Amino acid sequence: MNIELRFFASVREALGVSQEKVALPPHVATVGDVRAFLRERGGKWAEVLAEGKSLRMAYDHQMTDASTPIREGGEVAFFPPVTGG
Amino acid sequence: MPIRVQTEDFDVSHEVAALRRHNPQVGAVVTFIGTVRDINEGSSVAEMELEHYPGMTEKALEDIVERAKARWDIDDALVIHRVGPLLPKDQIVLVAVTSAHRGEAFDACEFIIDYLKTQAPFWKKEQTPQGARWVDARVTDDDALAKWDTPDGFSKTRE
Repeated sequence: MNIELRFFASVREALGVSQEKVALPPHVATVGDVRAFLRERGGKWAEVLAEGKSLRMAYDHQMTDASTPIREGGEVAFFPPVTGG
Repeated sequence: MPIRVQTEDFDVSHEVAALRRHNPQVGAVVTFIGTVRDINEGSSVAEMELEHYPGMTEKALEDIVERAKARWDIDDALVIHRVGPLLPKDQIVLVAVTSAHRGEAFDACEFIIDYLKTQAPFWKKEQTPQGARWVDARVTDDDALAKWDTPDGFSKTRE
């Protein structure tokens, strides 16, 4: 399955990437799985996306949690808690 | 239900006039304007950069306004949020709500800004004498949201 990844603010800066397309292995089926899959890259990825980090996730432009299933062509975003207003 | 994300400044009088121009039933207009402070967390702030998530931002703001409309008997609501570089004293955000009577407009306006602060994908980066830093989310903002306590999908994303 192919999806789009987006990173914002401090997460984008720490990872050094704002956007990428990624091909996922079959066992990656939820937003939480994507997070775990990316952690396997090690280094900054393991650190920034670690469990327990105060990280927000969105799927197809909706705030979501780890259990949300993903589909072909979907967009998963990772970012810190928001600070607008 | 106008929602705008823009780099340009806005004129509150002009926006409010436009919002109620064709609505003689409106008896109350409540506005909230958020502005850039020159001091935050003990450091002076020379400049600020506002980042957002295009596409999701507009959707999140529309969703928040829809929730306000479902909960209170308001006539209309406007949200304008600026992005890009901003200086101390600059306007950041405008929330304007119109209704027949003031009570509904006050509550809906406060609800919209409280939700915006914890749910809309904007991030502030400040330039301080110690260097650039991302602004941390405030616990008080979560507290402000909690007082509206609705059993909805928003709260499940909170930790």
